[in-house]
Amino acid sequence: MSRSILWRFVLIGFFFLLAVVLFLPSTPLSKSLPAWYKDNFPKIALGLDLQGGMHLVLQVDAEKAVENQVQRLIKGMDVLLKEKKVALSEIKSQGSEILISYQSEDAKMSLEKVIGNNYDIFKKISEKENSIIYALTDSETKRIKEWSTSQAIETIRNRIDKFGVAEPLIHAQGKDEIVVQLPGLKDPERAIALIGKTAVLEFKMVDEGGDLKKAMDGQIPEGDELLYEKRADKETGAVRETPYLIKKEAVLTGDLLTDARVAIDSQFNEPYVSITFDSEGSRIFSDVTGQNVNKRMAIILDGNVYSAPVIREKIGGGRAQISGSFTHETATDLAIVLRAGALPAPVNIIQNVTVGPSLGEDSIRAGVKAAIVGSIIVLGFMLFYYRLSGLISDFAMVLNIIMLLGAMAWFNATLTLPGIAGIILTIGMGVDSNVLIFERIKEELRTGRTVRSAIDAGYDRAWWTIIDSHVTTLITAAVLFQFGSGPIKGFAVSLSIGILINLFTALVGTKMVFDLITKGRRLERLSI
Amino acid sequence: MDILKDTKIDFIGKRYYAFIFSAILALVGIIAAVFIPLGKANLGIDFTGGVAIQLKFEKPFAMENARSVLDKAGFKDAELQQFAEGNQLLIRLKNAEGELKVTSDRLTEVFTQSFADNKFIVESSAAVGPTVGKKLQKDALWAVGISLLGILIYVAWRFELIFGIAAVIATFHDVLAVLGVFYIMNKEMNLLIITALLTLAGYSLTDTVVVFDRIRENLRKRGKEAIEVLINRSVNEVLSRTIVTSGTTLLVLLALLVAGGEVIHDFSLALFLGVLVGTYSSIFVASPLLLLWKVKRGRLVR
Repeated sequence: MSRSILWRFVLIGFFFLLAVVLFLPSTPLSKSLPAWYKDNFPKIALGLDLQGGMHLVLQVDAEKAVENQVQRLIKGMDVLLKEKKVALSEIKSQGSEILISYQSEDAKMSLEKVIGNNYDIFKKISEKENSIIYALTDSETKRIKEWSTSQAIETIRNRIDKFGVAEPLIHAQGKDEIVVQLPGLKDPERAIALIGKTAVLEFKMVDEGGDLKKAMDGQIPEGDELLYEKRADKETGAVRETPYLIKKEAVLTGDLLTDARVAIDSQFNEPYVSITFDSEGSRIFSDVTGQNVNKRMAIILDGNVYSAPVIREKIGGGRAQISGSFTHETATDLAIVLRAGALPAPVNIIQNVTVGPSLGEDSIRAGVKAAIVGSIIVLGFMLFYYRLSGLISDFAMVLNIIMLLGAMAWFNATLTLPGIAGIILTIGMGVDSNVLIFERIKEELRTGRTVRSAIDAGYDRAWWTIIDSHVTTLITAAVLFQFGSGPIKGFAVSLSIGILINLFTALVGTKMVFDLITKGRRLERLSI
Repeated sequence: MDILKDTKIDFIGKRYYAFIFSAILALVGIIAAVFIPLGKANLGIDFTGGVAIQLKFEKPFAMENARSVLDKAGFKDAELQQFAEGNQLLIRLKNAEGELKVTSDRLTEVFTQSFADNKFIVESSAAVGPTVGKKLQKDALWAVGISLLGILIYVAWRFELIFGIAAVIATFHDVLAVLGVFYIMNKEMNLLIITALLTLAGYSLTDTVVVFDRIRENLRKRGKEAIEVLINRSVNEVLSRTIVTSGTTLLVLLALLVAGGEVIHDFSLALFLGVLVGTYSSIFVASPLLLLWKVKRGRLVR
């Protein structure tokens, strides 16, 4: 064996063995492999379409996040302006703007001074008689919007971690979208409820003096709101709605709690969520309950009243409980979202693709079957049509598939159903390169060349044709990778890796075998 | 072994028939390309937005029952498709108004109530918001544009410009032909089909490149041979490899088409048709196009 052939032989052998080593942990055989081996090597990941799971795209309501932030800022602004004794008649939010009404020209001057000195994130946008409208600066609005997306991702990741899903994938997409992929998920409904819940927890006082009847006819007193408690009957499933007239201002909110746990009510044997406030929350809670004995305090989550118990006495210790008609599951999930915190703004599900595990299994089975059938047909055809040379190309094809799978494991690539199709297509294309070379060799043989020089000429002349045809496919694969999502990305990945490996096996792999056969002897005929 | 040896088929002589045939194919494709973005086609919910749910029942069910149940529940626009294997039903609701989750929940609820004695599981479900659909449509158009441009640039760089142009026209022709056939068959247009079309744009060049390489090679050592004869000879010389390469690819695609399962059936069909048309076009369209150029300019690069 000459050095050049030996060198190539070693190279190909090395790649082949490497591919086998890399690919083995991704096969069903991995169960019988030692732990250090299968745990430390990268594996081919299965796409959601093959293993089942959920792919969600959420859109953060960024406008709402800005409004919420403005609401929060108003409180501090109000306190500050009162401290500075600015004579105001009103301060309120209008969407993402703040309207401040003053009582005198003096008040106006000091108002503008206080705001100018303390709130550079606000700018004056218009002035009316006795009032000024402020809005957040553009840069601050942009910052809040960006913050709301990243904060929402953080919160959702937190919730999913607590919920427990293996290998979730959560990332931002574009300006205000979040992609959540939960492979192998068992209960999609529950996950959606868990992820999509804004989870703003508020404690508000019931307006005991207000007229509930009138409010239901549309005459809601200033500063109040009409909210409902929805309670499903456990036996009939019928939902009963109870209206409450509630003071808009929240006395306490969920961001002051440190823990939330499920507990079981010993009297009714029903689960409830027990929450613990931090020190500030505990102080407020004890003050508010102390001041409002015998009044009702509503516990509200995302605008729905969970319960509105009557305060019997001042409650110290910073503990409260949320009861409602919970099952153990819904109580657990509520505790999770409360612990993970509220989303900065509501999120809308704009895309949801869920695949059940059995469909995925069927798809794998069908895909693998097609791949095996396709390979056998092509292997058989090549052997039949090109004889010994066909055998060489069959060897290249097997090499090709194994190296492709090894490379996919190495890159931790995701295999999807279209990806399996990509592998199958690669099989077809891999053979193409060999056909081009073989036909060229045949042609050269017909012109009367020796076997040796016909082989060399065949490879030389087919070289650029093969490169050209592979590059154009590579171009489209690259575009598909850039624009496609999920399953289609998987197709682009297996197709492009396959094409590159094709080039190697066709131009280096089979050539080596031919060189090996013809080396050192004069072949009169070539079986092709 | 050879299936074809020393053929002397007059491909160039039949070019006008081929042009007429191809013009019809391309025309249908162009019509499809115009109507599909306008929504006047069987667009998948990836593009229109909407809800698709695949149910797997325990026992066989009658399509009429499913239909009437949905009609009664107010889902008159729902499209139904039955899979022979495993009592499966695919329900598609395009351009669904209102909240997606509510709609898909309603759909499953309707079946739970009306098919109480025939339990089912939800095999898969997809819900796509209208804004997402618009975005995916835009992305798909960009992808088609950029990859065709990329191919044009590469081929123009590797060959002389006229070869590049002829190759790209042939490629366009192949993509349009498959698009047209799918449009006439009223196949659903979705992201997977677009993927197949782009892939075949890349792949169909293979055959064209094989033929062009040979024409270029023969041009370099051209004697007094007329250009028509030269092109004809070149096509005949590479005919067997064109047929074998396409043949092997068609074989694996056929396996995918038959055994690959419901989900990628149309995808495989598009690729299969594409390889078929691509082979035809590299022989009957791309090569004679070089001749048209000569008639206009009075020469072909030497």
